[in-house]
Amino acid sequence: MRGEHGPLVHELFGRGDYGLISEIVEPGACVLDLGCGEGELLAWLAGNKNVDARGVEISPAKLQKAIARGVSAYQGDIESCLADYPDKAFDYVLLSQTLQEVRHPMQVMRDILRVGRKAIVAFPNFGHYSVRLAHLFNGRAPKTKLFPYDWWDSPNIHFLTVDDFEILAAREHWQIERRYFLSGTREVKSMPNLMAEVAVFVVSQV
Amino acid sequence: MVVETQIRRFDSIELESGVVIAPVDVAYETYGALNAERSNAILLVHAFSGDAHAGGVDKDGQKGWWENMIGPGKGFDTNKYFVICSNVLGGCKGSTGPISIHAATGKRYGMTFPVITIGDMVRLQKMLIDSMGVRRLLSVAGGSMGGMQVLEWAVKYPEAVASAIPIASTARHSAQQIAFNEVGRQAIMADPDWNGGDYYDGKPPARGLSVARMVGHITYMSDASMREKFGRRLREDNGIFEVESYLRYRGSQFVDRFDANSYLYITKAMDLFDLGQGAQSLVLALPKSRTRFLVISFTSDWLYPSYQSLEIVSALRRRNQDVAYIELTSNYGHDAFLVTVEEQAELIGGFLTRTIKEASRV
Repeated sequence: MRGEHGPLVHELFGRGDYGLISEIVEPGACVLDLGCGEGELLAWLAGNKNVDARGVEISPAKLQKAIARGVSAYQGDIESCLADYPDKAFDYVLLSQTLQEVRHPMQVMRDILRVGRKAIVAFPNFGHYSVRLAHLFNGRAPKTKLFPYDWWDSPNIHFLTVDDFEILAAREHWQIERRYFLSGTREVKSMPNLMAEVAVFVVSQV
Repeated sequence: MVVETQIRRFDSIELESGVVIAPVDVAYETYGALNAERSNAILLVHAFSGDAHAGGVDKDGQKGWWENMIGPGKGFDTNKYFVICSNVLGGCKGSTGPISIHAATGKRYGMTFPVITIGDMVRLQKMLIDSMGVRRLLSVAGGSMGGMQVLEWAVKYPEAVASAIPIASTARHSAQQIAFNEVGRQAIMADPDWNGGDYYDGKPPARGLSVARMVGHITYMSDASMREKFGRRLREDNGIFEVESYLRYRGSQFVDRFDANSYLYITKAMDLFDLGQGAQSLVLALPKSRTRFLVISFTSDWLYPSYQSLEIVSALRRRNQDVAYIELTSNYGHDAFLVTVEEQAELIGGFLTRTIKEASRV
């Protein structure tokens, strides 16, 4: 498993994608986090990188924690909340582990690339070998470390792989500025479609 | 802490209409201490029937209307912040209003009191703040009509407002809100004792004012909270429904503490308030500023429904203004803004802490 020997990534709140995002975002940037949860990442960015941090969260309980943390978040649905914003209102729009959960991912991606100069999109890779093996040998909807849900209560409604995203980006003329592939806390340097658990893309509209 | 309402008198105030009231009094209370930089002041603005007594306990043992939110360690933490609350212009709790003596005639204003607006109330508050040497408020916060004043502050004096917290409020009254206010006004004016507003030497229009308040209380509750609180229970002593008894009690109690003419003037000021100044969109009314917003609404509030808060939030987003918004779950209807203390304290506490950090960054 060559992926296991890649360089270690810095983790933030136990998450490699958060660690990467915290390194990618420049100090002082204006950042919108879609599905910001309790606002840990945004609060960290505001506190450590002087970021102008905004968030959207649909769960009232999580939203309350986020606002109590001092994050400017509001209750909203990712699929409808972006319409209000002017073009390029943010330096970065973050969509972390959420693309596979939205009903209309294409519309969400277009909105994100309209209101943000850059988007950072992180998602679990359905092409990971563990998923393929689970499906192949069990003949059932894959239930793995990456996709821990039973099929009937999974929030995931779209199953995309690293290659799927690359192909879509090429078709839509999105520019992929940087790409990172993670396996646990290590970076995957080869065969990401098979070896990456999580993919992180920095995307902009050409 | 025992607090006492103070009065500050100014030579005059020019209203938005151009009319001058001279002199003009403003009743206010403060809690906590102003820091050396004068950067920790928070102005609380009260709802329709509120007054300057927001926090602490007065000498009669009466708690302030937002006492559960003001004090050491509370939502508006007086260990950190200097909190100010004043009675609105047109009120009857110490600030100049229809019940005040008109200096030119030596008689009470009554219906000769000029029409006032939410903007005029805010103008008087600004005079008070200026007289305290506070250039920039850390926050302006209030619910219901208080929220309207918060929005007015943010639009009129954006540089003087680091953050704004409008709660259960609106940028303009809907037809339904105006309608309920009109029922209240007509109840007062239909009472013969109202006498064209000239009743200060005789009996006040107690029946009319009491009915007006009863209508108000219905709109402050929700179907669920009334069902829970009263159901169809009857009182044992006189056989009337609990809800009837409650409303009558609230009505008669209100007569002892509120002036009927103030009711007319203040409800009219609320109805006239329109932050968008008639425009379809609020976006143009809101200045692009550094003011941070925290907008709060409540699920069961049908008097100031969440869509009105969302209208404000949406307009702020269109300006890419810093805004946090939450619709809190509560069964208490419009009253929720005075009842759901724990949630609001947590939200507001965190929001204010961040506002200080942002302010020191600039």
